[in-house]
Amino acid sequence: MAEREQVPKPTSERDSDTEETPAASERGAELKAELDDLLDEIDEVLETNAEDFVKSYIQKGGQ
Amino acid sequence: MAIAKTLGIETEYGIVHRGTDEPNPITASSLLINAFLASEGYRPDTRSDVIAWDFIDEHPDIDARGFSPMGAMAPEVETHLVNAVLRNGARYYVDHAHPEMSTPECADPLSVVRYDRAGELIIQRSMAAANDLLPAGQELVLYKNNSDGKGNSYGTHENYLVSRDTPFGEIVRHCTAHFITRQIFTGAGKVGAELPGQRTDEVHYQLTQRADFFEEEVGLETTLKRPIINTRDEPHADARKYRRLHVIVGDANPSQVATFLKVGTTALVLALVEDGAIPTEFLFKAPVTSLRHVSHDLSLREALPLADGSTVTALEVQWELFDLARKHAEDHGFEALGGAWVPEVLRRWELVLTGLERDPMELADQLDWVAKYRLLDGYRERHGLSWSDARVRALDIQYTDMRPERGLAWRVGLEQLIDDDDAAAAIGVPPSDTRAYFRGRCVRDFPDAVVAANWDSIVFDVGGEALRRVPMMEPMRGTEAHVGTLFDESDSAAELLRRLGN
Repeated sequence: MAEREQVPKPTSERDSDTEETPAASERGAELKAELDDLLDEIDEVLETNAEDFVKSYIQKGGQ
Repeated sequence: MAIAKTLGIETEYGIVHRGTDEPNPITASSLLINAFLASEGYRPDTRSDVIAWDFIDEHPDIDARGFSPMGAMAPEVETHLVNAVLRNGARYYVDHAHPEMSTPECADPLSVVRYDRAGELIIQRSMAAANDLLPAGQELVLYKNNSDGKGNSYGTHENYLVSRDTPFGEIVRHCTAHFITRQIFTGAGKVGAELPGQRTDEVHYQLTQRADFFEEEVGLETTLKRPIINTRDEPHADARKYRRLHVIVGDANPSQVATFLKVGTTALVLALVEDGAIPTEFLFKAPVTSLRHVSHDLSLREALPLADGSTVTALEVQWELFDLARKHAEDHGFEALGGAWVPEVLRRWELVLTGLERDPMELADQLDWVAKYRLLDGYRERHGLSWSDARVRALDIQYTDMRPERGLAWRVGLEQLIDDDDAAAAIGVPPSDTRAYFRGRCVRDFPDAVVAANWDSIVFDVGGEALRRVPMMEPMRGTEAHVGTLFDESDSAAELLRRLGN
């Protein structure tokens, strides 16, 4: 079972207008659609053996 | 009034040599850079492969505090590795087993974004050129990140020219508060944590690549015991007039908005410090701990203890700095803070803080840590995976894969401030409004006469008995307005030098 990371929606003293503007929600829907498309394609991009890939990604320390 | 901010970014890229049993990152980095230089027609030379970097003015051991603490380790300058000066005024070299790209000096944050993106395109061209030379089945792959997830970090450093008149202690006080709290928009995101002694699954995801690697508040080191404020006092300019603040605490950002804000807000904070316009003192009780806590706190709500016993959140500090900058601009004009670029930084700063306050996920097309979080969390949900699953960790690394068809950061819909035609043009052309113009045009127009170059001088061989060094101690001189016509009217380096009165 995957654990669910909570990102609390902060409340704002500063920002009285918390309603989403139409432009923002439109952009939100667009981003959601783009993300879904990318998630559909992502397995083509994902390293075929993720475990080996992550293990072998070792870098020398730099600055 | 604050001085004009000359700006730049240095990025060490992660490098993997696939298809070989004995990868050597230093050899691979050299191959990468040399392949690029050859493919772009840079001059082969018997003295060195290309126009060499001149180390005569490099003093990374000089400390801005005016003393060297016992046991402090100055970074070594490696002189034997590939080290080239490019036509756009950038420096492209091998440093600590990584290829490193330093942008040319830029006069505003958008120009930094342009040359940072040009640097990414140079990396892509370099990979293509190197892979043409490698045996079938081998490949170099570069990553624009700052950690391998196993405790090894490599840096992305920012540079800001500040007035020598500004007491260094003032810079330390106010910049520490900014660096701890700006992470909420500068972070590039990371799965897990790499703190010594901490189990990596205690932190599922954090805002930054780098916060885990900082152990000191102030110091000279860059590779061990890294400090939040680096004291390297090497201005690469007239040291009587200038300091260079060398900032080592940031992440490499694929997001252009994040890069723009990282550099823009820091330039504004420094201008406020120079003008003595920060009355609020955010003196953190435990800066290193707070740096990590901000990075580990996705709610952005953690109360951070101040020395006076009160607490503050990262967002509150950022709102305060924003308000001070806006007020200073209103009272004294944008020129007082740096010039025509100031309003756009203020506008985006406010938008991002507002979004972070309301719901960070709104900023998925603006900030790296948000874009990466949504991508990885979406993938996790779809496949029912934990944060520590290898596939999620692989995606974290692949977010910054520099292969155009693979790098996820360039496919998640991040807003571009500089389009790729603009950035591609900047591969071969320096900024017009800093001394990088002079350096870049010398490399482009007179490659056979330029023996060596560095940030503040160029050495020519024009056939006489002695080599001729042209100093460039003023970062905002040597611009197109100053010397463009001279280049246009000079047929040779000798003529250029004669007309410069050298």
